[in-house]
Amino acid sequence: MSTDLQELYQEVILDHNRRPRNFRALAGGRKAEGFNPLCGDRLIVYVRVDDGVIADVGFQGSGCAISKASASLMTESVKGKTIAEADALFHRFQRMITSPPDRSADQLGKLTVLAGVRQFPVRVKCASLAWHTLKAALASEKKATSE
Amino acid sequence: MRSLTSPPQTPLDPAAIREDFPILRRRVHGRPLVYLDNAATTQKPQIVIDRLTRYYSEENANVHRGVHVLSAEATDAYDAARERVRRFVNAADVREIVFVRGTTEAINLVARSFGGNRIGAGDEVLISEMEHHSNIVPWQIVCEEKGAHIRVIPMTDAGELRLDEYERLLGPRTRIVSVAHVSNALGTINPVEEIVRLAHDRGIPVLVDGAQAVAHMPVDVRSIGCDFYAFSGHKVFGPMGIGALYGRAPLLEAMPPYQGGGDMIRSVTFERTLYNDVPYKFEAGTPNVAGAVGLAAAIEYLSDVGLDRVSAHERELLAYGTDALSEIAGLRLTGTAARKAGILSFVMDDIHPHDIGTILDRAGVAIRAGHHCCQPLMVRLGVPATARASLALYNTREEIDALVASLRSAREVFA
Repeated sequence: MSTDLQELYQEVILDHNRRPRNFRALAGGRKAEGFNPLCGDRLIVYVRVDDGVIADVGFQGSGCAISKASASLMTESVKGKTIAEADALFHRFQRMITSPPDRSADQLGKLTVLAGVRQFPVRVKCASLAWHTLKAALASEKKATSE
Repeated sequence: MRSLTSPPQTPLDPAAIREDFPILRRRVHGRPLVYLDNAATTQKPQIVIDRLTRYYSEENANVHRGVHVLSAEATDAYDAARERVRRFVNAADVREIVFVRGTTEAINLVARSFGGNRIGAGDEVLISEMEHHSNIVPWQIVCEEKGAHIRVIPMTDAGELRLDEYERLLGPRTRIVSVAHVSNALGTINPVEEIVRLAHDRGIPVLVDGAQAVAHMPVDVRSIGCDFYAFSGHKVFGPMGIGALYGRAPLLEAMPPYQGGGDMIRSVTFERTLYNDVPYKFEAGTPNVAGAVGLAAAIEYLSDVGLDRVSAHERELLAYGTDALSEIAGLRLTGTAARKAGILSFVMDDIHPHDIGTILDRAGVAIRAGHHCCQPLMVRLGVPATARASLALYNTREEIDALVASLRSAREVFA
C-alpha cells in the first residue's frame, strides 16, 4: 500500500467513517442537502444557531469514507463556533486540501487528518461536500433570523 | 473440399494484441496500467492513431463540392468510411449510415426528428429500467414537449428484462421502443431480436443503443431487425467525437432534418430550402472527416482480429473474473444475467465504490465508480453507486488477478 493511501485512509478517518459522530437529524433549526453528482454522495446537514453560535449540528446521508469522515469531523469542530469562525475554518480547511502544505493547517486541530486528500485531487469534492452543505444551511439560517 | 461449418478459431492472443495499443505500455503510480474502464472508453490501436495523423498530414480538406485534389481525396475517404461502417453492421444500403458525434447524438437525432414527427399527446415511448441517461433524457425532452409519456420495462434482480412485462407494456399508444443492446452498468445482453419481433408484430419501430455492444460481439442490424441502431466510435477503439446511426432508409427518408446548415441542403433561397438526400440531410455542417476515417480504421482493425474471437476471449475472461470476484468476502456482483458481456459491476460491504476506485487507482488499476449515468437503475438496485470493471480484447487473466489483489488490499484497509 502506498504511503499517500495510508495517509488518506488513516485510522481516524476510518473510525469516523465506521462510527460517524453527530449522525442524526435535528428537530428545529435549518438544514440543507448536498449532492456530489460525480459519485452519488448525498448528505443532509442540520444546524441550530443560537445567538450567532452553532449550538448543535448533525448530518445524515450516504457517501464514501472521505465524505462521511469529513462530515463527521466537521460537526465536531464547528459546534460552539460562531458562524464567522466556522466560515474561517472552512476556508482554512479548503486551503489545506487543495494547496501545498503551509501554516494554514495550524489552527485546524483534528481536521488535519484530512490533509492527505490533497494528494487525491478527484477526492477534494468528497472532503468539502459537508462544508458546502453546512454553508448552505447556515445561509438559510441567516435568512430565517433576519426575517 | 471445404467444410460448410466455420473453421475452428485460433484463440485470440491478448499479448500480441496489446502490442498494438501504445497506451498499454504506460505506467500509473509506478505500476503497469491495468485498464478496466473500457465501457467508458476504449484505447486506440496504433493503426488508428496513424490513420488520424496521415489524414491530417496528407489528406485534410473540406469534403464535397471541392474542385481540388485534396477535397476529392477527403471526400473519397469519408465515403469509404461510411461504406466500412455499413459493412460493419451489415446495413443494406450505405445511405442508411448517418455519421454523428456518438450514441448520445444519434438518440437525440431520432428522438427529435422521428419522435418530434410521430409522437403526440398521450403517446408512449417504451424504454427499459437499465438505460443509460442518454437513452432516457432525449425521450423525456420530446415527451415533455408533446405531452407524451415514458413507460419503463422492468427487469429481474439478476438484471434481465422482463419480456412478459414488456409485451404487456406494448400498447396502442406506443410510438417507439428504445433499449440498450448491452447494459453499460450490468453487462446484460438484451434479447434485442425478440424485443424487435414483439414490437414489429404491433407495427412499432425499435431503436437499439449499441454503444456497449459493437466492440464486443458481431452486430448485424438486419438479423436484429431493428429500425435504428446507434453506436460511438470511441467505444470501439476509434476516435472520440464520431459515431454512427443506422436507420432503415424508408424511415430516414420520411424524417425531417435534425439540424440545419451546410451539406444538408440541396438548394437554399431566403424563402425555402430543399433538403439533401439521406444520409446528408442529417449531417449539417462540416463533418468530422478525420473521426470517420479513424473509425473506419478501428473497424478494419477489429474485423481483422475477428469479433467472434474477441467475443470468445471476453467471455472466457468474464467467467474467470466472475469466479475470482465471487471469492472475495463481502463482495456482491450486480448484474448476473445469463447472457452477459464483459462487465463486472459490484459493491463491497462497508467500502464505498469511490474508495475502491481510489485504492485501485494507486495500484494502477483503472475502473469506474459511480452511477454509470444510470441513476434510475441504481435506485432499482438499491445502491448509490457501484464499482465497475469492464473488459476489452486486450485484457488478460493477469489483469483480473491484479484487480482481485487490489480489491483484497482495499478489504484490508477497511477491515
